[in-house]
Amino acid sequence: MFATALSCALQGLAGIPITVEADIAAGLPGFTIVGLTDRAIQEARERVRAAVRNAGFEFPTRRLTVNLAPAEVPKEGTSYDLAIALAILRCAGRSEIGLDSTAVLGELALDASLRPVTGVLPMARALRANGVRRLVVPLGNAAEAAMVDDLEVVAAPSLPAAVYHLDGSRPLPPAEPGGDDPYQADDDQVDLAGVRGHAHAKRALEIAAGGGHNLLMLGPPGSGKTMLARALAGLLPDLSTEESLEVSAIWSLRGALGERPPATLRPPFRAPHHSISRAGLVGGGSGFAQPGEISLASRGVLFLDELCEFPRPLLEALRQPLEERSITVGRARGSVTYPAAFTLVGAANPCPCGFLGDDTRRCHCSLTQLHRYQSRLSGPVRDRIDLTVQVPRQPYEVLFPDQPPEESSQPIRGRVAAARRRQIERNRALVHHQGTRRRRRPPSLPHGVGTGTARPPSHLNADLDGVLLLAAADPTPAAARLLSIAGDRLQLSARAFHRVLRVARTIADLDGEDRVGERALGEALRFRGETGR
Amino acid sequence: MTPATGLGPIQHIPRGAEGWPPELEHLELAPPELWLLGRPLPPPPRIAVVGARMATHGGLEIARRLAADLAAAGIPVVSGMALGIDGAAHLGALDVDGPTVAVLGCGIDIAYPAAHRHLRDRIAERGTVLTEYPPGTAPAPWRFPRRNRIIAALATAVVVVEASDRSGALSTARHAADLGREVLAVPGSVLSDRSSGANRLIRDGATPVFETADLTTVDAIADALQRARGRARLALPNAALPGNRRTLANAPTGHLPAQQRQLLAHIGPDPVHPDRLAAALHLTPAELSRDLADLELQGHIRTLPGGLVARDAAPWPAAHTPQPPPARAGG
Repeated sequence: MFATALSCALQGLAGIPITVEADIAAGLPGFTIVGLTDRAIQEARERVRAAVRNAGFEFPTRRLTVNLAPAEVPKEGTSYDLAIALAILRCAGRSEIGLDSTAVLGELALDASLRPVTGVLPMARALRANGVRRLVVPLGNAAEAAMVDDLEVVAAPSLPAAVYHLDGSRPLPPAEPGGDDPYQADDDQVDLAGVRGHAHAKRALEIAAGGGHNLLMLGPPGSGKTMLARALAGLLPDLSTEESLEVSAIWSLRGALGERPPATLRPPFRAPHHSISRAGLVGGGSGFAQPGEISLASRGVLFLDELCEFPRPLLEALRQPLEERSITVGRARGSVTYPAAFTLVGAANPCPCGFLGDDTRRCHCSLTQLHRYQSRLSGPVRDRIDLTVQVPRQPYEVLFPDQPPEESSQPIRGRVAAARRRQIERNRALVHHQGTRRRRRPPSLPHGVGTGTARPPSHLNADLDGVLLLAAADPTPAAARLLSIAGDRLQLSARAFHRVLRVARTIADLDGEDRVGERALGEALRFRGETGR
Repeated sequence: MTPATGLGPIQHIPRGAEGWPPELEHLELAPPELWLLGRPLPPPPRIAVVGARMATHGGLEIARRLAADLAAAGIPVVSGMALGIDGAAHLGALDVDGPTVAVLGCGIDIAYPAAHRHLRDRIAERGTVLTEYPPGTAPAPWRFPRRNRIIAALATAVVVVEASDRSGALSTARHAADLGREVLAVPGSVLSDRSSGANRLIRDGATPVFETADLTTVDAIADALQRARGRARLALPNAALPGNRRTLANAPTGHLPAQQRQLLAHIGPDPVHPDRLAAALHLTPAELSRDLADLELQGHIRTLPGGLVARDAAPWPAAHTPQPPPARAGG
C-alpha cells in the first residue's frame, strides 16, 4: 500500500515542493523516515504517532516507511508533520482524503492540534508557482499564506479538522489575507511632528529618504539620534505589493511576522545591538543559513546605533550587501542569497566621551583616543554613507510648547515619493541609453572624477556612480565650477566628490530641477562629513 | 655617521663648538650636544609661542596670527612642534616665510607626532629643527618637559597662548621665569578651564597679550615690531581698542549678497550650530546650508567638529594668506 502528500522545503527564500511518500508493508511493526532529514524530522515519528492516535485514528501496526522526495534535497524543521500524518492515513485506508493539487504544512502537537511553523509565506509562493492550488496550514500561519494570489488557503486548527476538510465531510472556510490594516505597523514609527528642533537633521532625513542614501548621524548621547532614525522609516514611501511580499517572506523565515503583520506596506525598521553576532547581522547559522537583521531590514531602515562599537569584521561584512543590495551566505550544503536592500543609518558619538564639538560640555578625550576612535569610523562602510549630519543636543527652549508646530512626516513623505518617481524615471532611461550614447564630460570637473566602479544598475540616486552619476547630475556650468573650487579648497577625495554629487542630485530632485545647480550643490557640500578636529 | 632623513645633512654641534647657542649656558643642566636639521639657528632675539595640544579653534588662530606677525617682523618663532598651539605657531611663521625653530623631544630623524611629519619637513626646509637627543632616540613622556627647558633658554620671551592647569606649556613658562626670560600669556575666559593655566600666569605677574603690539614690552624685539607695524597691519589686533579697525566683525564683506552678510554677522569666532542660525534668521536648513557652503568656500567661515561653524580669517592681509587651509593643525 502506498500514498503521498505534498509539502515544501526551503533553501533560503526558494521553495522546493516535497512529495511525502508513505508505504505500509508486511513485517514487524516499525516506522522509518528517510530522505535527507534532520533531527526535527526524525522526531516527527513520535509526534505523528501520538497525534494520529489521540485524534482517534488508527496508527498502522505494520512496517511503515516514509520517504521525502526528492531525496537529495536536504530538509529540516517540523513543517512536514502534517504531510507525513496525512500520507500515512491515506495509506492506511482513508483514500477519501483528497490531496489533488493540494499541499499541507504544519507541526503536530501530541494532542493532534496544529502548531504554526516558520517560512510559510515563501513556501506558499513557491508551491503556487509550482501549480499547487490549495494549501492547508495551521491557524497561526493563515494570514501570511493567504497573501499569495490565486491560492486557496485553509486554516486547520488540528489534524482531524484537516482530515475532515480534505475528505469533504466538514469543509473549512478559506482564510482571509492577514493584517486587517496595512498600516498597522506604522504605529511604532516616529512622526516628525513630534520631534522638536533638529532642523538640519530633519532635512538630512528627507534627503536620505529622497534618494535612498545611507546616513551617518554624529552627536552626543541623548541628542535624539535613535528617534530620528525611526522617523526615517516613516518618510520612506509605501512598499509595492511585490516588495511587501518579499519583505514578509523574509520575516516569515525568521518566524517574526508576529511583530510585523504580513500585509503591511510600511517599510521595516531594525535596530540590532552592537553585541549581535555575525550570523545574526548578515545571516547564517547551521544547516541552511537564516536571514539576518540586514535582510529583515530590506526595503526599510537598518539602524546601527553606536556604530563604532560594532566589531570591525562585522562592519566589513556589510560591504557586499551595501554594494549589491543582497547577501550571499555560503554553507557546505549550498549557498543562499537573501535580499538586503536596506538604507543604513549609523549613529555615533563624535568622540569616546561624546562631547567633542558640544557647545555646553567639554570633551575629555585624549588625542590618541580620538584618533583611534575616528579611524574606526572610516573604512568600507563610511565610503558607502553619502550623508553625514551632526545632531546637537537641543537647547531646552525648543522643548517648550509655545514653539511653532513642526512639519509632520506626511507631506515630507509626499515630496520623497515625488523625488523618487522623478529619479527612477530619469535614471532608468539613462541606464537604458548607456552604451548607445556617449555623454560629453562636463568641462571643468577635475580629473579622476567620474571613474567609479561599476555597480549593478538600480534606479535610485544612491546607486548612481561614475559616468551614470555625471550624466544624471548634469551639473550647470556654475555648479561644475563650484564643485571644482570645492574640491580644491575643501580637499575632497574622488569618493567624496561622488558622494556630494549624489546628494546634490537628490536635492535637485526634491526641488524638481532637471540639472544640479549651485544651490543643490552648496547644500550637499554641507553634508559631506569631512571635518578635521 | 648619521642616518638619512631625506632632508639634507644632520649637523652635530657639541657644547661650545661653532654654532652652539650661548643662551643654553644659562641652564643649570645644559645639554652636552645638539643635533640640527635645516638652516643654522637664527640669532636672538627669539620668541617662543607655546600652548595646549588640545586647543580650541580660537586658540589655534591666535597662535598662528601671533607667530605670523613675529616672523614677518623677522623675529624667529620657537616652539615644540607638538599638536595644537605649537604646530599652529610654526605654521604661522611658515605662512609668511619667516624664521622658525622647532625643538624636539626625540631624535632628529624621528617625525613625532606622526601627523606633523609634513610640518617637520617644511620647517627643516625653511627653518631650523633641533634636539639634544641623538638620532634614533624614541619619544618618551619624560623627554618633553626636558625639551621645554631648551625652548625656554633659546627664547628671549615665552608667550603662552592656551594652557589648562596641567598643560606642559606651563613648565616652559616656569623654566623661562627661572632663567629670567619674560613670560607673557594670552588670557581666556575665566569660565573655561582651557585657559586656566594662562590666566593663572597673568595673575602671577605674566604680561597679558591682547594683540601682537603688546609684545613691544619685550625690549629686545620692540624696535623690530615697531618697524614691522609701520609696514603692515598686524594680523592679531586687539578688537577692543578704539581706533583698531581690523577685527573679524568688519572684515571685507562688501562684495557679499545681503543675506550672506547678515548671516556672517551672526557667526563669531565662537562656534555655533547651524540649527541656531536657522532659528535666529528664520531660514530653512536648505537655504542656510547653501549660504554656509558659499561662505565656507570663500574662507569666511570654517566647519568644525560637531557641525558647528565659526568665523574664519579669510580676509587676512595678503602676505598672511595661508596656502593650504589651516585646519588639521591638530590639537
